[in-house]
Amino acid sequence: MNPTIAGDLTAFRAETHAWLDENCPQSQRAPVKNGFEDIFAGGRNPHFHNEDQKVWFERMRDKGWTAPTWPKAYGGGGLSPQENKVLEEEMAKLGCRKPLWSFGLMMLGPALLHYGSEEQKQKYIREIVNGEIWWSQGYSEPGSGSDLASLKTSAVDMGDHYVVNGQKVWTSYADKSDMIFCLVRTDQEAPKHSGISFLLIDMRWEGVSTRPIKLISGKSPFCETFFDNVKVPKENIVGEVNQGWSIAKNLLTHERTSIGSLFSNIFPIHEFAKEKVGLESGKLADPVLRTEVARLMIDSLGLKYAIEQTIDEAKAGQQPGAKSSYFKYTGSELNKTRNELMVALAGYEGLHWGEDIKEGKIARDMCRTKGNSIEGGTSEIQLNVIAKRVLGLPTFKG
Amino acid sequence: MALILSEEEKMLKSSAKEFLAERAPVEALRRLRDSQDNYGYDRSLWREMAEMGWTALTIDEAYGGLGFGYVGLGQIMEECGRTLAASPMVSTALLGTTVISLGGSEAQKQSLLPEIMEGNMITALAFEEKNSHRPFDVSTTAEKSGEGYRISGKKVFVLDGHVADKLIVSAIADGELSLFIVDAKASGISIERKFMMDSRNAATVSLEGVEVKADDRVGGKDVLEKSLDIARICLSAEMVGSMQEAFDRTIAYLKERQQFGVPIGSFQALQHRAAHMFSEIELCKAMTLKCLQAIDKEDKHLAAKASMLKAKVGEVLKLVSNEGVQMFGGIGVTDDEEIGFFMKRARVAQQTFGDYNYHLDRFASINGF
Repeated sequence: MNPTIAGDLTAFRAETHAWLDENCPQSQRAPVKNGFEDIFAGGRNPHFHNEDQKVWFERMRDKGWTAPTWPKAYGGGGLSPQENKVLEEEMAKLGCRKPLWSFGLMMLGPALLHYGSEEQKQKYIREIVNGEIWWSQGYSEPGSGSDLASLKTSAVDMGDHYVVNGQKVWTSYADKSDMIFCLVRTDQEAPKHSGISFLLIDMRWEGVSTRPIKLISGKSPFCETFFDNVKVPKENIVGEVNQGWSIAKNLLTHERTSIGSLFSNIFPIHEFAKEKVGLESGKLADPVLRTEVARLMIDSLGLKYAIEQTIDEAKAGQQPGAKSSYFKYTGSELNKTRNELMVALAGYEGLHWGEDIKEGKIARDMCRTKGNSIEGGTSEIQLNVIAKRVLGLPTFKG
Repeated sequence: MALILSEEEKMLKSSAKEFLAERAPVEALRRLRDSQDNYGYDRSLWREMAEMGWTALTIDEAYGGLGFGYVGLGQIMEECGRTLAASPMVSTALLGTTVISLGGSEAQKQSLLPEIMEGNMITALAFEEKNSHRPFDVSTTAEKSGEGYRISGKKVFVLDGHVADKLIVSAIADGELSLFIVDAKASGISIERKFMMDSRNAATVSLEGVEVKADDRVGGKDVLEKSLDIARICLSAEMVGSMQEAFDRTIAYLKERQQFGVPIGSFQALQHRAAHMFSEIELCKAMTLKCLQAIDKEDKHLAAKASMLKAKVGEVLKLVSNEGVQMFGGIGVTDDEEIGFFMKRARVAQQTFGDYNYHLDRFASINGF
């Protein structure tokens, strides 16, 4: 990467702005409205919701700007952090959407760049940047729950390949995805954290099958995924054999931080409250709800400033440490409270079981948020992590 | 503005920490309490604090101050909260300097600010009249009398009221809320000291036809409201120091105290409560710095921020101070153990300048609901 001087950035900003303005179709300059139904996720059988989405994706892909900071050698944009900040700012100014959303970009890519072999980087990073493979995540198992490292799915060494048997659960979009990155047990005898490897499996291979899981919200991205004597080539292991736990932990930190940040978004709940409950003498007509709304707003601002502070500290060279755990804990508990409050504020309307973003989605969303304090490590697990790693409290020996 | 301390602010904080640990540990507050000290604070300590510039931090350089700002004062307050240092920081270095700087005439600033900075003058803001925080519900009157006014009324919960040289009194003058600087020894004033739960000073002040001059006026409602918002934020900084110290002591105790043959800190029931408190304290710290910076940048949303902060910090300090006592177990409810001092100070600080309910209500009203 080139060292960036102020003059270069000014020129880069102007060029970037001009390019975005010329190449981003108008319809792609608005916030994503309906979550997954409205975004492009890539894959072997890509589904574009409209022509503009395709055009925008292809133009950004050709510049490597689906993954702006990844090395050019693997198809990324090769931008410095400073240049990437300019790109983000200019995209925000014009309201440009991200052209591609995927687990490959958010989770697997960073892990491969850190732990992958040269061959793996050449093949998979390029595919992720180009949106050619839809990746799913295979961590949890039916019996493992919060004790993730107790996983049982086995990969037995057959000399030139592994044979995988077992079952994964909560595999997001596994029914639509092309490949899955999995934690598997490669050493049955070793202590549970030391016998795990990180394996890449193609969903087309013989013996792989999936089944969607319906949630209390009435729908779900989640599936169960089954492996029945699946043959996996040895080159599909990422990092060292039996050292997969460190990769998994690294990925979970990313996941927790991003979940926490997601929930700090300040939804103008007081406006929603005024619309649904109404005002009496300038105050919300229900005094108890009024207190709850104020309290939620204050707590949300607290999380927002805490995240802002962590970002500023990181820029000043301070390590964030185990903060991802308290962001995840606070953020997901807050999000549950927020969605409960919205049901209460909306009254009978909040009980409608609908699809629309304005009418009837409140009830489904509330149901969905019940998972927030479970997925990505339960609230109790986050509290354990804080107690042990941040506060240094001793382990129980009963 | 990045949400981190500058190098100068960090240095100020660490020097305050060192000084207070040596000169004003919790043990010093216990001694003041047990001796029923006439002043209720250590006067030589206050002079040293003034010499270190703590009274001059927020005062403009034009009047001989340091112009360092409220982020700086907030760091000192936080450290005072850690050791529960009893001093006129709130009444004088915070309220006195702020009211005079915001509402004072040139002459008032020239004459009063240097006296405060040198540690020669204690001020007390006499503005509460009801049984809880209602700063704009004022019955005290200032009636026109010749060239000046005659003030009559009764004020409660006047912090450092019985040791103050100057009282800053709110009264209705010419139909509007006004603040006046009154000499504490003026004829018609009677002051009754009240011992508070936290062993600090507050007083009831009665004024009967106390005569002041027209140019003793030091602003009106706007000055009072903005001064209170600044005070709420800086007091919150003190409260954050207290919660951090109470929490640190509690965690240390959880690691050391053995029950059933193991440290009690290994019990998950206690670990989760401790981890929850940690998360809440982290939010309070970030919010406090955000609000201190908002004072220095003259943020136009200061009122909403002050109420946000005072509500949140009050609730979290209540939680942390109560949990501290509980987690110390039997020893936690004895007078020998210092954790109880934090709980008592917390209760007073929670109500000072408005409690949780007051500020939730105010936050909602400012946001239009």
